[in-house]
Amino acid sequence: MTRAVLGFLRFWYGFVIGDDWTVAAAVAAGFVGTWLLLRADVNAWWLLPLVVVGITAAGLVRDHARG
Amino acid sequence: MVSAGAVFAPAFLASAVEAIEMAVIVIGVGATRGWRWTLTGAAGGAAVLAVLVAGLGRALTVVPISSLRLVVGGLLLVFGLQWLRKGIRRVAANGLAGYQGGVHLDDDAPSPGEGFDPTAFVLAFKGVLLEGLEVAFIAVSFGATAHAFTPAIGGAVAAVVVVGAVAAASQAWVRRIPRSALQLVVGLLLTGFGTFWGAEGLGVDWPGADAAILGLLLLYATTAAIAAAVLRRRPVLTPARQP
Repeated sequence: MTRAVLGFLRFWYGFVIGDDWTVAAAVAAGFVGTWLLLRADVNAWWLLPLVVVGITAAGLVRDHARG
Repeated sequence: MVSAGAVFAPAFLASAVEAIEMAVIVIGVGATRGWRWTLTGAAGGAAVLAVLVAGLGRALTVVPISSLRLVVGGLLLVFGLQWLRKGIRRVAANGLAGYQGGVHLDDDAPSPGEGFDPTAFVLAFKGVLLEGLEVAFIAVSFGATAHAFTPAIGGAVAAVVVVGAVAAASQAWVRRIPRSALQLVVGLLLTGFGTFWGAEGLGVDWPGADAAILGLLLLYATTAAIAAAVLRRRPVLTPARQP
């Protein structure tokens, strides 16, 4: 039973998060940041695109450093 | 009373925009992950949509579309960003074709394999369900506003049929696009739509409404082109496999 639950959770973790958890964390942070700015009456349409460009550049730099 | 044509035309055009978004996702995912589970996911999304539309009818607007956009957008973003990064690396290393001297260099390509492909299934399922719901909302809201449901529904259905036919006709052309280029393009599309829907689900008002998607795609494509050019000059990437 426990093994089945763990297997189920592992499948969804691997499926949603994939092989780089920092991408999902950055997306979550971008969503939270946008939501907080919206609550402060700032139409922060620009935040998520900035997060996307930033996380892509950071990931490529990290991949490059690893060779 | 508004004429039928005055309801049909805007319903057709507004629905066509959503149907194009739906078709782009299904074709992009199908071309990179394989068609079997992509089309199964699309059919599943269409089936759930049909049940919702039949069950709720004009009460369809109770479906929490903002939450759905947020979830679908987040998922597309996480998938899209990983595909985009791999696509940039692959294009930087191998060029757009993804082949070098006859040797395929796709070491870390997502491999659909023979069995169930949850990525293809879920992406197509959610894409069809979300965009299909938006088409249904358009038909319901246009129909309710003008007190003319038949031309509004007719316009929405006609848009889906026309866009679907064009998409099916373009499928053979999409198959000819080299795999590396295709993965990069699909990564760009998923990331662009994911950004748009995710932010919209949170309540953001995009400048230019749906046209903002084009701006996002342009921004991400430019970023990808610059990144690939920079990586090409510093090739510490995946070495070519020996035959």
